[in-house]
Amino acid sequence: MSLASHLPALQVVIPLIAAPLTVLLRRRNLAFAVVLAASWVALAIAVLLWLQVAEGGTISYAIGSWPPPWGIEYRVDRLSAFVLVLVSGIAAIVLPYSRASIEAEVPPQQHYLFYTMFALCLTGLLGITITGDAFNIFVFLEVSSLSTYVLIALGRDRRALLASYQYLIMGTIGATFIVIGIGLLYLMTGTLNLADMGRRIAMVQGTRPVLAALAFLTVGISLKLALFPLHQWLPNAYTYAPSAVTAFLAATATKVAVYVLLRFYYSVFGGSQVFEQLPMQEMLLLLALAGMFAASTVAIFQTDLKRLFAYSSVAQIGYIMLGLSFDSQSGLTATIVHLFNHGVTKGAIFMLLGGVALKMGGTSLARVQGLGQRMPWTSLGIVVCGLSLIGVPGTVGFVSKWYLLLAAFEKGQWWLVFLIVASSLLAVAYVWRFVEAAYLREPRADTAGVGEAPWSMRLPTAVLVVATLYFGLNTAFTVGSASNAAALLMGGLG
Amino acid sequence: MITPEQAILASITVPLAGALLIALARRTPNLREGITLATATTLLACVLLLLPVVMDGARPAVSLFAVLPGLEIGFKVEPLGILFALIASGLWIVNSLYSIGYMRGNAEAHQTRFFVCFALALAATMGIAFSSNLFTLFVFYELLTLITYPLVTHHGTEKARDGGRVYLGLLMGTSIVFLLPALVFIWYVSGTTDFTSGGILAGKLDPIEIMALLALCVFGIGKAALMPFHKWLPAAMVAPTPVSALLHAVAVVKAGVFSVVKVIVYVFGIDTLSAAGATDWLVAVAGFTIVAASVVALNADNLKRRLAYSTISQLSYVVMAAALLAPLSLIGAVLHLAAHAVGKITLFFAAGAIYTAAHKTEVSQLDGIGRRMPWTMGAFTIAALSMIGLPPAVGFVSKWYMLSGAMATQHWWAVAVIAVSTLLNAGYFLPIIYRAFFVAPAHGPHDHPHGEAPLLMVIALTATAAGTVLLFFLPDVPLTLARQMLNL
Amino acid sequence: MTGLEKAMALGGHFTYFITIFLMIAGLFIVIARGNLIKKLVGLGIFQTSVYLLYIAPAKLVGGTAPILSDAFTVYSNPLPHVLILTAIVVGVATLALGLALVVRIREAYDSIEEDEILDLDAAAQPGVQEP
Repeated sequence: MSLASHLPALQVVIPLIAAPLTVLLRRRNLAFAVVLAASWVALAIAVLLWLQVAEGGTISYAIGSWPPPWGIEYRVDRLSAFVLVLVSGIAAIVLPYSRASIEAEVPPQQHYLFYTMFALCLTGLLGITITGDAFNIFVFLEVSSLSTYVLIALGRDRRALLASYQYLIMGTIGATFIVIGIGLLYLMTGTLNLADMGRRIAMVQGTRPVLAALAFLTVGISLKLALFPLHQWLPNAYTYAPSAVTAFLAATATKVAVYVLLRFYYSVFGGSQVFEQLPMQEMLLLLALAGMFAASTVAIFQTDLKRLFAYSSVAQIGYIMLGLSFDSQSGLTATIVHLFNHGVTKGAIFMLLGGVALKMGGTSLARVQGLGQRMPWTSLGIVVCGLSLIGVPGTVGFVSKWYLLLAAFEKGQWWLVFLIVASSLLAVAYVWRFVEAAYLREPRADTAGVGEAPWSMRLPTAVLVVATLYFGLNTAFTVGSASNAAALLMGGLG
Repeated sequence: MITPEQAILASITVPLAGALLIALARRTPNLREGITLATATTLLACVLLLLPVVMDGARPAVSLFAVLPGLEIGFKVEPLGILFALIASGLWIVNSLYSIGYMRGNAEAHQTRFFVCFALALAATMGIAFSSNLFTLFVFYELLTLITYPLVTHHGTEKARDGGRVYLGLLMGTSIVFLLPALVFIWYVSGTTDFTSGGILAGKLDPIEIMALLALCVFGIGKAALMPFHKWLPAAMVAPTPVSALLHAVAVVKAGVFSVVKVIVYVFGIDTLSAAGATDWLVAVAGFTIVAASVVALNADNLKRRLAYSTISQLSYVVMAAALLAPLSLIGAVLHLAAHAVGKITLFFAAGAIYTAAHKTEVSQLDGIGRRMPWTMGAFTIAALSMIGLPPAVGFVSKWYMLSGAMATQHWWAVAVIAVSTLLNAGYFLPIIYRAFFVAPAHGPHDHPHGEAPLLMVIALTATAAGTVLLFFLPDVPLTLARQMLNL
Repeated sequence: MTGLEKAMALGGHFTYFITIFLMIAGLFIVIARGNLIKKLVGLGIFQTSVYLLYIAPAKLVGGTAPILSDAFTVYSNPLPHVLILTAIVVGVATLALGLALVVRIREAYDSIEEDEILDLDAAAQPGVQEP
């Protein structure tokens, strides 16, 4: 079927077309319907691509039939297929949720613009994941970033504007660093195609421009990743953005940045060069540990739940980068599987918090007192996801922790093992702040008569909460994909 | 008739289903309580179905699914597990009767939540008892910690919150920081976490590593209340007494020492450990805990606090006996699992009865109470005899075995510890009994006329006290199971 | 190499010096200036340095305009120019978005100085709607 052969292009084109369509349609119900359809189709395409890759290996698609490396190539291998499923899956779940959520948080006349930007953001993220061309990564990165800045600025608190502005400045610096890195690589290898770059770079290994490119790329991507200490934009952006936006971003944006880093490190630079010539391993390890501990500690002292879990995200990204710093099969498996696991968990948490914001009028710890009585199912959902952040067995968080510990044991680094588990204790501390507020305090009088969030919000949220448990027990998809992807990366070009 | 495999699964699903039904019946208290009792009885039936199968030598097993390659959730019934399950399910019935009496007698709030969490905790306990590998045990161990948290913080006061923090912090802390790395490492080194006779670590690690790994496991199993990670036990006293009875006899602490014995016998293997000499330090630490906890109990005026420290001490008896690695002491350890369960639950029942009927919580207030509450204090006396280790209570038998094992392996330190702690036990139990029966009550401002505790509570504590004596005369079942565990 | 030859070689790389200068100047302005519009100006300068980084090396020594002809063998590289056209568009979009945000911030805070805005936020903490 000729349509099947064009799936890689359609993956990006369909949400892309949805964006101007929504602007023209203007009416928010139509806009919602169009973007919803686009995101569900995108999910279907991502799943189909994953199945194709699982059977047949890497898919290479030439845009406009211009053969690579002269033309732009869309390349779907095991890693990109996995991330595609994650991103489109989260979008497909958050979008139905967002309809009721933005009723309270975004002025009605701006709703169609929200959907437009959502579609553009989705396009950008999917494009980054699927493209095999370095400059194309930058273009899609900017597409997703710009739409993200708009989405964040739609928050009802005026601090959302400043948060969006600060993210714009930092994000643009990050993206510009990335493009400098790409430029240097282009100058040295003469090509923009990632696979081709990986082959050609062997001839110019170790030259200064290549090392400089590595440095620029690492810093630029780390800004997008929110790797400590380049995470400053994240807490404000997550806290003040509309809840649906936070849910979507927390689950996807930083994960796609990790994907870009993995892609550059392994497919372009080749694992050995990166980790042997520059002390990347030690540096990533240190920054990851710093992020894990500093961010978890700060989270404990937060008084607003969204902010608390935003700092938790920074800490969890530390776990992801820790797996990368091992440069081993187990470590990479931990990184890739935690991409998915954390995306699902954090997406669920922020969706639950969106329900809380809608019904209780806010997410500060003072306001959510007695949430266990007011919104019992929502509270339970937050507890379950909190347990996943801690790494209790039966949840997805445990699976990622298992592989991290395994990777540390393989390197014989017992001190690292204890640091990893010690940081879980910090997670216990900040999750338990919620538990005590929700279950051991009486609810406030001004929140009387509050019920659960509407069904259109609860159902998608329940899907993600159940996923947090399901993929913690049935790990065939997540761990299988992750270890295959890791093996692919460790073995050479995709 | 159901197959053994179905009985195993039923042991876990029956309390789960019970919890659901209890929640649904929240508006009809009598029906709700009836469901609890029915669930407990059904659970006991399932366990009793498995008992003869295991005593015949069979080891029925069920494998559910693999979470990660090589790590599966599976169940296998072996002698130690069935004994633990028997204690837990049997005492749950009695405890439920008692709870009903206590909760109604004190007009406690949130009763549905209480009974639901109870049922879920029993499901987790069954999971621990029947687990076929260390991973499954770890999963249900963590679940047990989490599900007992609402029970500990039941009253919702500041004190409850603080107690809950210590409880959760210590139990989760030790399991995450010590037990989890040990689990991953065991899997990494031996490729499996299955409980196997003779252990799975033979020849894979050198003695120092075995000692360190054992330390991680033993301290990681915080529910065994080995010092210095014992504080959660007195902190948990903030819970209502039926919860303390559950925690200190049935589920949590027994899960702790059960896991320690299981790890020693089935993960490390007795031969591996004795060849490496890896348990000597454990004998010392457990011995210290026994004596230190007894000393604190001596000075504690609050009755529940005294009982809590007595529990810490008694748990370390089991750990120390297991660490001696002698067949006799191991039999004593297994028997003491049962002996302490029945005895301690009686003591806590009595404490709760005293609180419900007379509103007294301190030992110093108990003068002459034996005359007003003869049944309660009678049961208390029998259970105290068991703790001290005097006939005709079953505690005598288990202590006898432990002492024999210590002397057989010439661990004179352990012998001394057992002797000294017996004296200390007498020191903090006998005065209570003496003053309850033979000293006239002081007529102070807290005094008010009262009689016995509510009927259901009296029935419960009489039953368990009778059990203490019964087991002394008929210890066959636990002894046979203990011998089977050691392949004797 | 003699000193003169070294100087000549360095001189040949003058575009890189300008690139670096613009990069650092742009970053400095972003960090050091508190006025939101000035930050955007700095960002623009920073992005311009990147354009130069791409385009300058595209002119090969002895290369002619990239139009195929039998008379020439060495052509300048047109690809970076194409890439930079895209990057310029991205830069324009970023600038437009940034300025739009500044307009909204001005409406909300009545100031476009970052420190004043942060002070206003800190002061208004109890009054501002809790997020």
